[in-house]
Amino acid sequence: MNRLVTSVLSVSAIALSTAAFANESVLKNSADPKQWVIQAGSYDNNRYSKLDQINQSNVGKLAPAWSFSTGVLRGHEGSPLVVGDVMYVHTPFPNIVYALDLNNDGKILWKYEPKQDPNVVPVMCCDTVNRGLAYADGKIFLHQADTTVVALNAQTGKVEWSVANGDPKKGETNTATVLPVKDKLLVGISGGEFGVQCHVTAYDIKSGKKIWRAYSVGPDDQILFDPEKTTSLGKPVGKDSSLKTWQGDQWKTGGGCTWGWYSYDPELNLVYYGSGNPSTWNPKQRPGDNKWSMTLFARDPDTGVAKWAYQMTPHDEWDYDGVNEVPLVDQKIDGKDRKLVVHFDRNGFGYTLDRVSGELLVAEKYDPTVNWATKVDMDRNSPTYGRPLVNAKFSTEQNGEDTNSQGICPAALGSKDQQPSAYSPKTGLFYVPTNHVCMDYEPFRVSYTPGQPYVGATLAMYPAPGGTHMGNFIAWDATKGKIVWTDQEQFSVWSGALATAGDVVFYGTLEGYLKAVDAKTGKLLYKYKTPSGIIGNVMTYQHKGKQYVAVLSGVGGWAGIGLAAGLADPHAGLGAVGGYAALSNYTALGGTLTVFALPD
Amino acid sequence: MTDFVQKTSGRLVLAALAALALATPAYAEADKPASDKPASDKAVSSQDGKYFDANGEPTYKIGPDGKVDWYTYSGFQRYSAECLRCHGPDGMGSSYAPALANSLKTLSYADFLSTVANGRKNLENGQEKVMPTLGLDKNVMCFIDDIYIYLKARSDDAVGRGRPPAKEPKPKTWEDGVNACMGPPS
Repeated sequence: MNRLVTSVLSVSAIALSTAAFANESVLKNSADPKQWVIQAGSYDNNRYSKLDQINQSNVGKLAPAWSFSTGVLRGHEGSPLVVGDVMYVHTPFPNIVYALDLNNDGKILWKYEPKQDPNVVPVMCCDTVNRGLAYADGKIFLHQADTTVVALNAQTGKVEWSVANGDPKKGETNTATVLPVKDKLLVGISGGEFGVQCHVTAYDIKSGKKIWRAYSVGPDDQILFDPEKTTSLGKPVGKDSSLKTWQGDQWKTGGGCTWGWYSYDPELNLVYYGSGNPSTWNPKQRPGDNKWSMTLFARDPDTGVAKWAYQMTPHDEWDYDGVNEVPLVDQKIDGKDRKLVVHFDRNGFGYTLDRVSGELLVAEKYDPTVNWATKVDMDRNSPTYGRPLVNAKFSTEQNGEDTNSQGICPAALGSKDQQPSAYSPKTGLFYVPTNHVCMDYEPFRVSYTPGQPYVGATLAMYPAPGGTHMGNFIAWDATKGKIVWTDQEQFSVWSGALATAGDVVFYGTLEGYLKAVDAKTGKLLYKYKTPSGIIGNVMTYQHKGKQYVAVLSGVGGWAGIGLAAGLADPHAGLGAVGGYAALSNYTALGGTLTVFALPD
Repeated sequence: MTDFVQKTSGRLVLAALAALALATPAYAEADKPASDKPASDKAVSSQDGKYFDANGEPTYKIGPDGKVDWYTYSGFQRYSAECLRCHGPDGMGSSYAPALANSLKTLSYADFLSTVANGRKNLENGQEKVMPTLGLDKNVMCFIDDIYIYLKARSDDAVGRGRPPAKEPKPKTWEDGVNACMGPPS
């Protein structure tokens, strides 16, 4: 029946569609600060709004204006969209979409609830989160947990087309948003803990027809690399650049998943994103660099062919997925204007590259406790140019199977996970939500069964030594690779930040606070405790002349693992545990959207 | 979709068989209707470094210095690799899965095996809790007694949070059993 509906609707979709390219729709709408049409706010993933009604002098008076319960209790990531007078709110599994009428106190215009097999739930790593919708060409795009991609009519909620991007039976699931680029919709996939060979796929935005698919690992014709033209650190990658770095057929279960954020430069016509960990977590079982897992890619959205690639963590030994956001900024380095791509990797290094050429410009630790590598080799003449110099003491490969490597910083969840940073062109600074957590890691042998977890390591995580806090919210200068200011947080900051022209930066905390801080100094200007812990991203919009700030609360995700237990330091004596109280002493489950405004 | 359901429920039989095949001989004896009362949790016998209670069910052995038997230690390792992502560190639970250190206060050995092998669903109240069917997952089922023994020790407060401080040596029979169950190294 599903197929019948799809085919009937795709016929009507073709009939109704216009000639306009999606990038025009996204470009036009994201340039209007009153709206918020894709998750990152705009193609450059800066998460910056030009709205400035709410500013440093009045943000202290901010107050909740209205709220909306999603009816779902699990972790709420991502943010709502605002298109014209309608707000679109999504939920974790079962991935409900609500269209709310902003002209009528958020009355529900339509609701879409897909039918999904609940057996997908335990296949998802770390809760059933979904990082939200995207809007283009009159359609709302949703990528469901079971990897069904659907295009909904933004006015009616009717399915215009749908396509299965993967197969949950093989461990393929989705938590990510999608990105409309030109006449295509770019879609990633999860399953790194299930040995999936992950990929990015472009679907025709009008019909859902598959146009190209680019794997992260595998033969050149699968990863869409041109051995002569695709470069890494300025040199052509050559033939079989991925295959050569795997033993035998291991690339077929190689991971490199693509569940993070995608950015797009319309002038260069390049899409940027990162790939995740190689499967398994036991490095001994997969010798080689495991390319192109843990890699930043720049690809042509028309063909999928890679222009350049840079592997940040060759032969991962710690689960430092490279999927975090890749914001695009134009800044001066050494007095010269550069087109830059910035990336705060799970591995604890903040990277700045030239986004035209992929040249590595800056790679510095954005949390001083990072210890698995001393630095990234920046010497062009060195044989290890561009590679992290791994500290043998913290190498789970060198220490070997069944050995517990202790005191590795950061933990597997990274100095930062997917929670996206924001950038203000006014201050030239990035605002970065971070984790301040370390780990013990013991790899061991695992066997691969399709559709079953393929992990192969025992981990214990605990707060970084020398403090009692597990998170920081930092301001970062990406041209120098330096922290400008730090706000400590008791728990990891698992909420995406928002920077505004009012020189106020917003983020949420796991206890449930929405916080507003001074963009220049980090000084706390406002906080409000929402109904549950915040792992969603803050957004802003303007309606009938008034600026609003909105955030989803609803604790869960990876952070939910520490909710009940708290994280204990196994190396501290008894009694130290109390300092890192469980999150359950602060908040409980529940999905709620809270919308803030200044009083009239 | 329906196909998926049928496939996974088709697995149930296999899963239960796998659980039986992998369980120790002691399990076969204890394979009667699950008793409601918890096992006595006292190690009364042992065989090759594996301890059993009065009901013949596997259990832990903790020395006065906190030294744990190998199975408890191995259970900690495997729990942390295979179960932690949902059930939280040290069996303490998460925002979407129960604390097994509590559950095993009442869950019998037989019910534990069957829940792991066959899974469980609770789709009420906006929670969408689903325990997968792990009966075909060697990384779990080859170590199912180890995981049970560890969680039993946790539920009795016989071992604390984190990695046990000391352990008995790895028994040869354990290693042989794992190799046979997991298959030849790849």
